Amino acid sequence: MAIKEAEPIQIDVREQFQPYFEGDVKKVFQVEELSLWYGSNQALKDISFDIKEKQVTAIIGPSGCGKSTFLKTLNRMVELNTNVKTSGSIVYHDIDIFDPSVNLVELRSAIGMVFQKPNPFAKSIFDNVAFGPKIHGVRNKKKLKEVVESSLKRVGLWDEVKDRLNESALSLSGGQQQRLCIARCLAVEPEVILMDEPTSALDPISSAKIEHLIEELKELYSIVVVTHNMQQAARISDHTAFFLHGELIEYNRTDRMFSNPQDQRTKDYVSGRFG
Amino acid sequence: MRLPSLKTNVDSNQSVVVTKQKLTQKSFVTNLGDYLMEKLFLVLGTLAIFILLLIVGFLFREGSDAIREVGISEFIFGQSWYPSSSDPRYGALPFIISSVMVTVGALLLAVPWGIFTAIFISEIAPKRLKEMLKPVVEVFAIFPSVVLGFIALIVISPIVANVFNLSNGLTAITASVILSVMALPTIISIAEDSLNSVPSDFKEGAYALGATKWEVIKDISLPAAKSGIIAAVMLGFGRAVGETMTVLMAAGNAIDMPVQQLLGLTIPDFLTSVRTLTANIAIEGSDVAWGSLHYSALFVVGMILFVITFIVNLIADLLINRQRGALRND
Repeated sequence: MAIKEAEPIQIDVREQFQPYFEGDVKKVFQVEELSLWYGSNQALKDISFDIKEKQVTAIIGPSGCGKSTFLKTLNRMVELNTNVKTSGSIVYHDIDIFDPSVNLVELRSAIGMVFQKPNPFAKSIFDNVAFGPKIHGVRNKKKLKEVVESSLKRVGLWDEVKDRLNESALSLSGGQQQRLCIARCLAVEPEVILMDEPTSALDPISSAKIEHLIEELKELYSIVVVTHNMQQAARISDHTAFFLHGELIEYNRTDRMFSNPQDQRTKDYVSGRFG
Repeated sequence: MRLPSLKTNVDSNQSVVVTKQKLTQKSFVTNLGDYLMEKLFLVLGTLAIFILLLIVGFLFREGSDAIREVGISEFIFGQSWYPSSSDPRYGALPFIISSVMVTVGALLLAVPWGIFTAIFISEIAPKRLKEMLKPVVEVFAIFPSVVLGFIALIVISPIVANVFNLSNGLTAITASVILSVMALPTIISIAEDSLNSVPSDFKEGAYALGATKWEVIKDISLPAAKSGIIAAVMLGFGRAVGETMTVLMAAGNAIDMPVQQLLGLTIPDFLTSVRTLTANIAIEGSDVAWGSLHYSALFVVGMILFVITFIVNLIADLLINRQRGALRND
């Protein structure tokens, strides 16, 4: 059966689904007409939606749809690439993060990030977790030890590594390395955690541990997770945004998104017809 | 429905036989080619190492006469070198101190300067400038040493004489300055390579934790590139300690002990004319009587130079390996 060309739908997604979003859930990010260009190549087109506080928001879409770019824009890591231009705004705590007065050091310590490939530093396990607090001025040895212990405990790694904190972090398994990277991110006490396909380089058992961890962490943090894996999005997220060719096609509560997608393209994607 | 076989005319039993034949078949030509190539590499490899060992052996054999006659301690601790006197003295300590002074002085200038330049090229310079700077720096590595020696003689030595109010500007510090310029391209190039090969994952991870550019350089890039930077410093050391022509032209070549007394302490004097181990061999080697004690003594000077470079390289190797061992990925 041939796939029907989807009709472009010209509606404000937020307006249409407003009723579902009402309630006492606060917004952590308010994205307004965000566009982004790499040189002359437009990677994000007029993205507008709100990200809820202390919820898991999943961003799904096929490769090259701009979902990772969008994630990196939330803590302005995208600017490490040369020739990046943005327009629109992302409001975080009533402040547009693109405002020239924004302190990137503070922004990135409030909005932590976990990467696709586990990237612990070539340092000891202890120094990996202590790195963030140290650069933010914590010098007290006892305080550092406490932060390292509590961060490792929160990701369930403490019992596995407590006897070898001085060994190289690179001696850990891939799944342990990824949990270490999450602990490293928690050690700077962020408010938001951005995760860029955090389980795509891991085996199923390690992935399950990370997913379980994400569900625990949302009690305390707002989490935005980019994922390739729709089952994962369905399992762990409260809200899902579907990106295609740099555009936000649909944003909805995850259960509704997967049971009753409003846009034909979303329907095709979540039912596995492309992507 | 059965699919039509692609090999309709071939009996399947026969094709199995053919496969078996292929599996066990050995071509004489391929085997011979493999055999010859393997032996060629073996011969060339061993020959290179053998020749190097031969040179070392020759050095020690030619020097053994002087060592037996004069004694190794006289060479290392003796403070006067009068090979042509009726009561000849073979104390090479002034040359050892001079070599160490000139080299260390050059590295004190070149290492920080070179590493900062490497950091600038690798981490700070915009892409286009970076692509331009790298080849320019590498071109300077092949600058003829005699030209640099001439520059030291004509340009640097009058400046040194003026600044320090000396009658003669050909001093240890003049040699150090020009040697640091010579060692710079090597240090910059190797250090920049190792900084560049630090995975961007590490840097991104640090930026995402709120690190500033300087913190990323200091805490992530430099430690990760440490072994490469040590290698860069060692190569710079090798370049400086083995350099002959430039120091010969720049350092003045006096054979006295290059030291001065300050508050009862003997300290190296960088503002005096010095003669390094290399310069001494070059100066005296051309007109020494073949087979004489003086001739043999010059080989001992060469041995001392060899031992110094050997020890420094060994220490560098140990440092690099120890660091790898501490962070091995297992």
